[in-house]
Amino acid sequence: MSESDFQTQRTAPLRLALIGSPNSGKTTVFNALTGLRARVGNYPGVTVERREGTLRLKSRTAKIIDLPGTYSLDPVSPDEAVVGQVLAGEIPDTPAPEAIVIVADACSLERSMLLVGQILNLGLPTCLVVTMIDELRARKGQLDLERLSAALGIPVTGVIGHRGIGLAALREQLASPETWSSPPVMPPTDQIERAAWADSILQHVVEKRPGTHTVTDWVDRIVLHPVWGVALFGFVMVTFFQLIFSWATPAMDLIDLGVSAASDLSRTLLPAGFLADFVADGLIAGVGSVVIFLPQIVLLFSLLYLLEDVGYMARAAFVVDRAMARVGLEGRAFVALLSSYACAVPGIMATRTVPSPRDRLVTILVAPLMTCSARLPVYTLLVAAFVPARDVFGPIGLQGLVMLALYLVAPLSATAVAAVLRKTVLQGEPMPFVLELPSYRIPGLRLWLSQIWGSAFAFLKRAGTIILLTSMLLWVLLTFPQTTPPSGLSPDEAASYALEHSAAGQAGKAIEPLIAPLGFDWKIGVGLLASLAAREVIVATLAQIYSASDPDASLRTAIRADIRPETGKPLFDPPTVAALLTFFVFALLCTSTLATMARETNSWRWPAFAFGYLLVLAWVAAWGVRQIFIALD
Amino acid sequence: MKTDFNSDSESSACRLSEIRPGSECEVMGVDLGDAAGRRMLDLGFLPGTRVQVLRRAPLGDPSLYALRGFQLCLREADSRHVRVTRKASKEPSR
Ligand SMILES: Nc1nc2c(ncn2[C@@H]2O[C@H](COP(=O)(O)OP(=O)(O)O)[C@@H](O)[C@H]2O)c(=O)[nH]1
Ligand SMILES: [Mg+2]
Repeated sequence: MSESDFQTQRTAPLRLALIGSPNSGKTTVFNALTGLRARVGNYPGVTVERREGTLRLKSRTAKIIDLPGTYSLDPVSPDEAVVGQVLAGEIPDTPAPEAIVIVADACSLERSMLLVGQILNLGLPTCLVVTMIDELRARKGQLDLERLSAALGIPVTGVIGHRGIGLAALREQLASPETWSSPPVMPPTDQIERAAWADSILQHVVEKRPGTHTVTDWVDRIVLHPVWGVALFGFVMVTFFQLIFSWATPAMDLIDLGVSAASDLSRTLLPAGFLADFVADGLIAGVGSVVIFLPQIVLLFSLLYLLEDVGYMARAAFVVDRAMARVGLEGRAFVALLSSYACAVPGIMATRTVPSPRDRLVTILVAPLMTCSARLPVYTLLVAAFVPARDVFGPIGLQGLVMLALYLVAPLSATAVAAVLRKTVLQGEPMPFVLELPSYRIPGLRLWLSQIWGSAFAFLKRAGTIILLTSMLLWVLLTFPQTTPPSGLSPDEAASYALEHSAAGQAGKAIEPLIAPLGFDWKIGVGLLASLAAREVIVATLAQIYSASDPDASLRTAIRADIRPETGKPLFDPPTVAALLTFFVFALLCTSTLATMARETNSWRWPAFAFGYLLVLAWVAAWGVRQIFIALD
Repeated sequence: MKTDFNSDSESSACRLSEIRPGSECEVMGVDLGDAAGRRMLDLGFLPGTRVQVLRRAPLGDPSLYALRGFQLCLREADSRHVRVTRKASKEPSR
């Protein structure tokens, strides 16, 4: 209500709904009508995106809703049922539309007519927008839209969505649904009869069927070639990986530098004490922990949306689908899982390109198992400190082999978990897997930029605030209550003393009975709690606990020398190290990932579930590995 | 949705997944349960519809089909439930 201006407030905004099959150009028409300003949310209870926008018409404003793409009004899953529920006004806060705008691709009208027939039977004022008129022309096809309008009995407008051609006429049309004609006879309700009805109409309307898209045909001969296609796929995926694994690093280093410069500056500006500590270590570091994700997110989505808009992502899914199907996932989940090898946050966000909400959820839930780069410092510390630097086969060292094994466990366990989830929590009747390969297109710059901005903004707004709050909360827990250390301690020892007596230190002691079966003591417990901010934080936290002046050599020496008081043996014996490594392979120790999951699934249920199942898995696996090592000793 | 049309040309009746890329066929029926069967019909796999098999993915699955003026990929697991009869291709296959 607040956005509507004074002139139009007298009449309530007209409610319109855009409906059409996937890739028909709905979102493009929606953006052209609303000027790229959409309110994006979720429908309650399902992970289906809800996009709504406001559009100014001649004499009134309208609220227009971009419904998820659908092949039919007969839902086959709760996620698909959303379309029917919106049309029937069954969704809270989403009143039923007063008029329906069907969007259909001019080149595949034959298929869309089945949906058109179903929608006409609803009996609401309906108009048809035929998009991709330019592509129809390029493919030498011809349609008589006036005849189509006469045969259907509803208004029909042809548009070229991404160039805004035909949009003025469409706006004119949308202003007055009261005047739209309605079909003289309803189309048949039986599927087979409806197809015959569609065919008989199209016979008079299609003057010339579109031929194949020549460019697409040629490019696909290479892109889908058994050898070249696979090679290209490999190349693109390596590029994705490089993009977030190494090319984002300079920008991330810069952000790190900026953050430490800002916190140093705040220390010089503020009087030493609590406020300076809070601003420098709590607030600025917290903001830094949010902003640090932006380079990866922006880079990943730049390439992802570029390839999506060009038409390559669907081909990539086509190429890799068979391998993914074995795992119970689909081709489009590949990029998301690959990205999660660098970081699960952009990886989980990349699951937006997976159209089936159920597949998307499985992908989101297994993404945290991928070996993200935040695990690397933990692995490096433990492997360098405790795995003997011995050669096994020629130049291949034992340390390298252990690292490799840690990386390989990830896809294997993700595979197993995906299969289990499919059979338990996320089971459902198997639906035909459908993938369309759109024609290759030159992407629009404005849309591309708005997509990148949209994902960065969504991250900052929802996930960012949560990450900021939790990282500040963790700082408070690691700092308070403040105690005066006994005199005579070195600064490193004083820091260690403060941490031991902080709330987190106490919590570490409190959880000790729970982690003792894994061989972990309270110091590791504090490290695990601190690593919730980000996994690699455990290294800095352990350095603080062990009063190590640097997290490298001196920390390694300190943890090697630590003795378990009860036994007089080293705390970090092989079974404990193996258990700790295993624990890090599985546990979802990352609030940023949890926050992103919450944002993408629009509920705390799934992040809570993921955290819980991975914690149980981590504990059990770590315990099992520890027992094996003890038995081998 | 288990209609039988295969009385006359028993020999050429087979599954959509068995049709080689480059050839054409005509849909006779879909042997799938409720929702999944309905979805195949919604997609246009209706009796009498002509389907052209365009290509297989580099790893052998899924395959790309053209029907009712659009292109669509299906996995072997789904296309083997579509009963078809072989048709002579209108265009010479590439
Ligand atoms: N050539 C052409 N491409 C279009 C037109 N409308 C949309 N597209 C492109 O078609 C693709 C799918 O459009 P989108 O709006 O996302 O479809 P949706 O799945 O129905 O929301 C995008 O790459 C658009 O840029 C059009 O009128 N002509
Ligand atoms: Mg869309």
